[in-house]
Amino acid sequence: MKRLTGLLLVAASFAVGTADAQKKYGPGASDSEIKIGQTMPYSGPASAYGTVGKASAAYFEKINSEGGINGRKITFLSLDDGYTPPKTVEQVRKLVEQEGVLLLFGTLGTPTNSAIHKYVNAKKVPHLFLNTGATKWNDPKNYPWTMGYNLSYQAESRIYAKYLLQTKPTAKIAILYQNDDYGKDYVKGLKDGLGEKAKSMIVAEASYEVAEPAIDSQIIKLQASGADTFFNVTTPKFAAQAIRKAHDLGWKPLHILNQVSSSVGAVLTPAGLDKSVGLITASSYKDPVDPQWKDDAGMKDYLAFMKKYFPSADVTDVFNAVGYSTAQCLVHTLKQSGEDLTRENVMNQARNIKELQLPMLLPGIKINTSPEDHSVLSQAQLARFDGKEWKLFGEVIGGK
Amino acid sequence: MDALLHQVFAGLASGGIYASLALALVMIHNATNHINFAQGEMAMFSTYIAWSLINIGVPYWAAFVATIVISFFAAAAIERILIRPVEKAPVLTVVSVFIGLLLILNSVAGWIYTYTIKSFTSPFPSEPPFGNKFVSSHELGAIAIALFVLVAMYLFFRVTPLGLAMRAAAENPASSRLVGIRVGWMLALGWGFAGAIGAIAGMMIAPLVYLDPNMMAGIMLYAFAGALLGGIDNPWGAVIGGFLMGVLENVVGALIGTELKLTVALVLIIIVLLLRPNGLWGHKVVSRV
Repeated sequence: MKRLTGLLLVAASFAVGTADAQKKYGPGASDSEIKIGQTMPYSGPASAYGTVGKASAAYFEKINSEGGINGRKITFLSLDDGYTPPKTVEQVRKLVEQEGVLLLFGTLGTPTNSAIHKYVNAKKVPHLFLNTGATKWNDPKNYPWTMGYNLSYQAESRIYAKYLLQTKPTAKIAILYQNDDYGKDYVKGLKDGLGEKAKSMIVAEASYEVAEPAIDSQIIKLQASGADTFFNVTTPKFAAQAIRKAHDLGWKPLHILNQVSSSVGAVLTPAGLDKSVGLITASSYKDPVDPQWKDDAGMKDYLAFMKKYFPSADVTDVFNAVGYSTAQCLVHTLKQSGEDLTRENVMNQARNIKELQLPMLLPGIKINTSPEDHSVLSQAQLARFDGKEWKLFGEVIGGK
Repeated sequence: MDALLHQVFAGLASGGIYASLALALVMIHNATNHINFAQGEMAMFSTYIAWSLINIGVPYWAAFVATIVISFFAAAAIERILIRPVEKAPVLTVVSVFIGLLLILNSVAGWIYTYTIKSFTSPFPSEPPFGNKFVSSHELGAIAIALFVLVAMYLFFRVTPLGLAMRAAAENPASSRLVGIRVGWMLALGWGFAGAIGAIAGMMIAPLVYLDPNMMAGIMLYAFAGALLGGIDNPWGAVIGGFLMGVLENVVGALIGTELKLTVALVLIIIVLLLRPNGLWGHKVVSRV
């Protein structure tokens, strides 16, 4: 009798949904394993970002020790590309063609991802949750297999534009930007966000090349334009120079600093904390040093996780929270993929994330994706520097 | 007008930066007839040595002098160990060694000190001198030190027997050896002096642009351009070339637009070099065959 019920149950489960119950595997997936590939700058000029990959690896270790994803252990192959695009191509081909990974996850850097963009789409390998803010990753028509993760540069700029339109509609804006895709993305976002008023509000623009030793000349030019708002789109070294020079010139505009250079330790401290008071930036993450999250459950979990699985890391470094959150986003996608671990289905699930809230993202920030929209993080909150730390203010603002 | 004047002064300040590194290039060129592509990275590394010394509590000027001495011996040692074996090799081999040295110093600095920028102490007061608003005390001090190095270097090559021997060794090693000059040691000395001058340049530059392993990449480009513009074998020419470079670039940036400032400045230099291939104040080199 018992055996008969068992048989019936098996039969019933087949009848309910063959698609659901039948296990389907793409390359790199099996009953016991899911193979994931990544490239990271563990060496070279961008190696400070390498901790993102290490934090993700630590999170997968935690998932594995808790039984894995639907019983499958994650094998995470995170390779060093030294932030050099040719090396990225080499490593990604190795991951796809030799290791046969199911997907690529969290590959870091704009030039590096640009180098593999066409290749992974031609090979139809999911290229998920890239650690870069370029806007071009959200192009599902031409690159259906690629999906960024960070708040895009343009979305961030649109958030600043919304803020300015609301609080300072008569602002005279001066922009300093790096003369490349990154800088131009920010400028475009601001102009789009200001819309009609962009022409009248933006009074001066100056660019610089990465090879330039100093940007004093640009700051003098911007100050001379009579602007009362300064949009600072620069990488850390130049950001520190700009903050210091503006202060030394006695120029006191409303100073908006892009997220790229908002690190207190790496930018504001060298520039001078007293010279940085009043800076404004946007943030999507809870800052581990901000006392307001002291009793927050998500923060407590994060700190406990870091202590157990990544004790050598600097918990105040927000890059660790980024690695942790992107890994959570991937685990969510893989769980949602159920027993169908083909590349097609994983990509489909990544395109259908609904209202996902992650513990280290600011309250109110939700992740929503769709087949037409491959942007993952699209909201942030503004913060003002008080001489010691960034203080959040206002509401979470959407950048779409 | 005020803004333009401001640009000129800012240009002089960055010109001082280019000039000080250009001097190191002239030094090594006059002493060895080579152009050392790793000069900037050597200066960067020296600056890190100074930074480490200051960080463990050594007073600024003591660290300054110690760094110059260490850099002198380190650069001389590099010549003895790395350059000596390729002394007679074709010029391309030597260039490869220089580029290798550049990459090694850059990576080792990144490995030891990380790529995060560090602020570097200035020995000069933080308030601008005489209450002016155009130039900071450090910029003025750095220019003064560059000019001091220039005069010292000029006198060294002109007046002292050692300077004469070094020039002779670079220009005609065989004859120099015949009159009793130890050519090998002259080359090492030349490297040592260039290393020391580079160290001074690095310590004057770092407070302005922040210290990081890639600090010199852009500056080297401008220093080269300045040195070639003024004449790579003439310290005066190289310094004036450096200042010209800084001012030209800023004024072009202010008048035409910041996107074109580097391009226009470099195009002007190419035009000058087409008309005067040895630079504005360089000496014509005539070889008898």
